[in-house]
Amino acid sequence: MWDQLLNGLVIGNLYALTAIGITQIYGVAGVVNFAHGSVYMVGAYIGWMAIAWLHWPLVPAILLVLAGSAAIGLLVERAAVRPFARAGSTILLLTTIAAGLIMDNAAQIIWGPQTQALRSPLPQWQFKLGGGTVSFLDLFILAAGVGTALLLHLFLYRSRAGWAVRATAQDREAALQMGVDVNRVSSLSFAMAGAFAGLSGLLVGLYFNNIYPTMGASATLKGTTAALLGGLGNVPGAILGAYVLGITEAFSVEWLGSSFRNLMAIVLLIGVLIFRPNGLISARRALNPEPTAGTFIPHGRPLRFPRWLLPAVTVSAMALPLFLSNPYPLQVLAIAWVFGLMAVSLNLISGTTGQISLGHAGFVTLGAYASAILTSRLGLPFSLSLLVSPFLAAAIGVLLCYPALRLRGQYLAITTMGLGEAISLIALNWEGVTQGPLGISNIQPPGFFGYPIVSPAGMYLLAFAVLLIGVWVVHRLSRSHLGRALRAMREDEVAARAFGIGLARYKSIAFGVSAFFAAAAGVLLAHSYSYIAPDTFTFALSIQVLTMIILGGRDNAVGAVAGAVILIALPESIRFLGEFRFILYGLLLIGMLRFRPYGLFNSAT
Amino acid sequence: MILLSVRNVHKRFGGLHALRGVNLELEEGETVAIIGPNGAGKTTLFNLISCEDSPDEGEILLDGHRIDGLPAHLAAAHGLARTFQNGRVFGNLTVLENVLLGAHTRLHGLTDPGSRLAGSVLAALREIAWSIIQPRRFRRREAELTEEARDILSLFGERLIPRLHQPAYSLSYANRRRTELARALALRPKVLLLDEPTAGMNPTETEEMTEIIQTLQRRGQSMLLIEHKLDLVMAVADRVVALDAGEVLVSGRPEIVRSDPRLVEAYVGRRGAGHSVPDSAVTLQKQA
Ligand SMILES: Nc1ncnc2c1ncn2[C@@H]1O[C@H](COP(=O)(O)OP(=O)(O)OP(=O)(O)O)[C@@H](O)[C@H]1O
Ligand SMILES: [Mg+2]
Repeated sequence: MWDQLLNGLVIGNLYALTAIGITQIYGVAGVVNFAHGSVYMVGAYIGWMAIAWLHWPLVPAILLVLAGSAAIGLLVERAAVRPFARAGSTILLLTTIAAGLIMDNAAQIIWGPQTQALRSPLPQWQFKLGGGTVSFLDLFILAAGVGTALLLHLFLYRSRAGWAVRATAQDREAALQMGVDVNRVSSLSFAMAGAFAGLSGLLVGLYFNNIYPTMGASATLKGTTAALLGGLGNVPGAILGAYVLGITEAFSVEWLGSSFRNLMAIVLLIGVLIFRPNGLISARRALNPEPTAGTFIPHGRPLRFPRWLLPAVTVSAMALPLFLSNPYPLQVLAIAWVFGLMAVSLNLISGTTGQISLGHAGFVTLGAYASAILTSRLGLPFSLSLLVSPFLAAAIGVLLCYPALRLRGQYLAITTMGLGEAISLIALNWEGVTQGPLGISNIQPPGFFGYPIVSPAGMYLLAFAVLLIGVWVVHRLSRSHLGRALRAMREDEVAARAFGIGLARYKSIAFGVSAFFAAAAGVLLAHSYSYIAPDTFTFALSIQVLTMIILGGRDNAVGAVAGAVILIALPESIRFLGEFRFILYGLLLIGMLRFRPYGLFNSAT
Repeated sequence: MILLSVRNVHKRFGGLHALRGVNLELEEGETVAIIGPNGAGKTTLFNLISCEDSPDEGEILLDGHRIDGLPAHLAAAHGLARTFQNGRVFGNLTVLENVLLGAHTRLHGLTDPGSRLAGSVLAALREIAWSIIQPRRFRRREAELTEEARDILSLFGERLIPRLHQPAYSLSYANRRRTELARALALRPKVLLLDEPTAGMNPTETEEMTEIIQTLQRRGQSMLLIEHKLDLVMAVADRVVALDAGEVLVSGRPEIVRSDPRLVEAYVGRRGAGHSVPDSAVTLQKQA
């Protein structure tokens, strides 16, 4: 009992250090900084280098971490936030995700993908307190958390710079008019938040005695959850939220088992987003005031091709296996077609309906598991499962997303991320059905009427055929009144609703159809890999697919497929790119949003 | 016959009592203008009638059915269409698409919200299926509505017809307002709610809009009109309701309301308090 409480407090302190940064950045920049966990990770590595390589004592190591991660925080602001300040918060969400992706993968290349041991240079003594044990490190972490909170409070409420930060957070325009240099405030906030995050990374490394390049992902998740619990933008709220999260986790680990730590965090995240999106302590917000006119973001229109071009490309793609004797390009292209299907389906949500979804991998996972279970447990043939599984996945997907569909922008995006994670965590924990972490193996190869498809050419054609169906359906939908309704929601939800477009229904339709084809892609992959596990389709896949549609052009099916082909084929054909694949995705995402936000296959007008 | 009635409606925003027991009735075919200084609660009243927001007290009836508190998308299905004070066209949709969207509730029951859970799921699935298959009946309906949209747009002469396929964000401000009105008309509303349809328009454009509103009146369109420009109000309104600080100050025939001293006082009082004074108040003062 005491142990859990103490444990929860210590972990809560660590979360608080990341959460205050996330909440402060949200206040001044209006974005949930998805690169925050990566700054934390870099901080941990800086500390590890100082301690394990240079054998520095802890205090100078901490100072180095503070300085280094503040610099990284600044870099994120300069490269991924400031240039996009006017582009809107959902774009900022994407650019910070990209920055995080770049850092995480750069860290793998620089320091290696393996876990590094980090031994604490602190004295190892501990003592008993009311039935629990307290170590020196525990005390150190508590002191660091409380000290930071106090310093931050003094800064915000006692200094001129702190006043500027608060003014900017309250109303950026008004602050500008009062002569606040909001750019400096933004830099300052990112630097401070970065320093706290780095410190937190180092302390977590010391606490668990190890660090690894992808450790930032869970920090972003936990920090965001804590910040949301407290209400985004609210610093004391974030600290409170961090304690709530830390203690809840500690007790659920005790009572339910250690695999529930992350599941509990996800449940809290989704719960707060759906039931109290403004945090546990704030009141309900009233109707938003009417926007002033003239804030349109032009979306670009699909490039026009000569009439014969698309059919000609389609026919040549179908005929390709006849001319290629080398199976390798066919295998790569088959994967590209499956990703094209995912991209086309995501485009319906993110391009046509204008909602950023970060959980597309969840739909793919649903389809893959549905088919794996239906074919191996219930003996359904592949051909039937290819039809049934997507329906099943779409139904489950819509059911899961439904409560979240009234959220907008970043809030919906974060919820979809949470749902995506939740789906793989359920796959991980529901062992009776999914075989848990072992995954499901020996999934039958795809095939029709007893003839299995095993050749690369066969897989290629199957994938292409399903892709064509997907493109055709999405194209028809998007040209019908439904497409119009979805776009109207993207442009202005209030006006759309005033003309009879029930937001829940039409968003459900977009998510449902999208989930259907994402799941079909999952079915194809499950049967061609013959094996799936809870971590086969991850958050990284969701981001990869998003990158494809930003590259190809939002609301443009041809662009989505082209984006998929480029992003899949390019790293395969240029060997040395393989290792840098995700860095390339990150750079492409930022670069496209900066220099060609319409995508390659849309034109400005 | 009374089409719309607003009964003793209250609305509060935190400590601000924006509407304090407003009553209002609209007869079929009638045009009622709502005037009043900035912040009087006119737009708030529209938000309640169009179900964008719900009243704290009181009731709103359309054709004898209570509509207050309904979700906003159902208000449209009941035959309410509105324009917005600052203009809210769908920027990346073309002019034609904007207007067709106004007819969304008229796609032959296809877009029927469906009652109860099972009903609404089935309705949604049917809507998806129809959109993919696009049977002839469905395409014919789309074509009819397109034709109708052109008719509506030709109300504005040559202003919008040549720009049918341009995205709405590329239009001038006045043309966006026109597109918005066309979109509302495409719903074939029982009651049309116009929130300052001529805001930001020059005198010629205002004159044009006045004529269009008169055309609609001749066709029997019932409407509520929020307007600051007194000439327009005098030209089109059958009755005028003057709101001030959330209360109905005066109501009645336009010429009677215009000369009511309380109204002038409301405007001038506001000016004393440092509020901006709409041009109508200036006209009012001269006439008083
Ligand atoms: N969503 C809201 N939250 C808080 N206060 C609001 C909200 N909407 C309106 N108000 C307040 O209610 C009062 C009435 O506003 P409303 O927009 O109805 O005025 P109006 O008569 O339309 O004025 P105008 O001529 O300027 O358009 C104003 O004081 C306004 O600030
Ligand atoms: Mg108004």
